[in-house]
Amino acid sequence: MDALLLPVVDEDGAPFWEYAARGELRVQACAAPDCGRLRFPPRPCCPHCQSFDSEWRALSGRGRIWSYVLPHPPLLPAYAAQAPYNAVVVELADAPEIRLVGNVVTGPDAPLNSVDPGRLRIGAAVKAVFCPVSPEATLVRWLLER
Amino acid sequence: MATLKDKTAIAGIGQTRFAKHLPESEKTLACRAIVAALDDAGIAASEVDAFASYTMEETDEVEVAKSIGAGDVTFFSKVGYGGGGSCATLAHLAAAVATGQASVGVAWRSRKRGSGPRPWKNTAVQLPTPAQWTRPYGLLRPADEIGMLARRYMHEYGATRDHLFNVALACRNRANQNPDAVMYERPLTRDMYMTSRWISEPLCLFDNCLETDGALACVIVSAERARDCRQKPVYLHSVAQGLPAQHHGMVNYWNDDPLTGPAWAAARQLWKQADFGPDDVDVAQIYDAFTPLIPLSLEGYGFCGRGEGAAFTEGGALESGGRLPINTGGGGLSEGYVHGFNLINEGVKQLRGVSTAQVADASTCLVTAGEGVPTSAVLLRS
Ligand SMILES: [Zn+2]
Repeated sequence: MDALLLPVVDEDGAPFWEYAARGELRVQACAAPDCGRLRFPPRPCCPHCQSFDSEWRALSGRGRIWSYVLPHPPLLPAYAAQAPYNAVVVELADAPEIRLVGNVVTGPDAPLNSVDPGRLRIGAAVKAVFCPVSPEATLVRWLLER
Repeated sequence: MATLKDKTAIAGIGQTRFAKHLPESEKTLACRAIVAALDDAGIAASEVDAFASYTMEETDEVEVAKSIGAGDVTFFSKVGYGGGGSCATLAHLAAAVATGQASVGVAWRSRKRGSGPRPWKNTAVQLPTPAQWTRPYGLLRPADEIGMLARRYMHEYGATRDHLFNVALACRNRANQNPDAVMYERPLTRDMYMTSRWISEPLCLFDNCLETDGALACVIVSAERARDCRQKPVYLHSVAQGLPAQHHGMVNYWNDDPLTGPAWAAARQLWKQADFGPDDVDVAQIYDAFTPLIPLSLEGYGFCGRGEGAAFTEGGALESGGRLPINTGGGGLSEGYVHGFNLINEGVKQLRGVSTAQVADASTCLVTAGEGVPTSAVLLRS
């Protein structure tokens, strides 16, 4: 059985996935005292002040749909089996400049096509949910908020 | 300030057939296109001393040079980011020739995309960043990545599928006039467009470029030399590359303003060096791997204001006789998708006056490379 793709993690991204495995949504932030700006995707150096010191800041896990697509085949087999599904970009409520790609689902273990596409709207409120997909990887997916 | 303005010219163009499947290898197709371009220019292969292509080109200059019988090569260059590199190949050769590093440059692209593998299917080679943030969620293909920007664009500016259809139709209408186009004599209707299958909603089949086998090449020499060549010179008036601040590749969702892509950065440099502006462009060849790239590029290159790109497509503006005829060979959407190189050759045909959809008295042409990725563009003039 073909599986969904797992994140191929690099050194900069590893903490994001480690926190996700613990059920925490954290984003890299500059640790320079007079900066503190968030940045995504993670990288070695702060683009605002060039500091190499960073920390991982916990966020609320609430956000809004910035945009979405509904992919149809031809797709890799594991994705084709669930198509059409949704892929969304979520902007975070605490930091609208940070946007994460994900999926809106009905529950942590629900399939990628578990939400009726008619319920998706740009601006809809969503909340992060953590989906273990392998012993090493936990993906961040999203539930529609009422 | 020294500039490249009109210092070099395209003296020859060549291409193979375009088809879903061609039997010859990419290397053979590359050599055929290059030999044809040199013949068009009337320049011997032994005089070629510079090469430029895309990093995604799999036939390297070593193979090409020895196959065609090039002389000693003193300049070679490869440009990254897939279709974003097309016009940059010309920019690199123009710089090399204008500064005396070489005298006869060949740019080319050969690709078997129609019968070969699709890059997004290669799951073994995943760049860690940004693929780790997108591909596990099923954002797999360029169509998915651009579809995301397209839906946001439609939401912000009231753009509709009819606007995207205007783009697809303009390209198809021109291909219907071009016997070399894959979509020659295959008209498109609004009904066909609106009822076609989805690829990644909001993008349907006809919002996507063709999968094509084929190769193209062009020959660049100094402006002085070009005036003695077989064909009317087409001058490289202005060239630019563009990688905007905080850009993240095709999944450009993480900067402050994802709807202003690399076109904006390339355009600033392009117009800064030019003697004329967008209103003086007679015809444009705008990279069209996906229909939404056209309104985004029209805005980026200054043909209209922010958010006005969709409305610009109304009333036949992109058609022959319209305000800005585009992709007059049919473009990636309907002539053939060879990573945008066919747009370069079509621009040359327009300024020679030999396009199958000739714009009367065309003397200026904008050609752009892939938008959404780090890009490049050239302004051609006759
Ligand atoms: Zn900082």
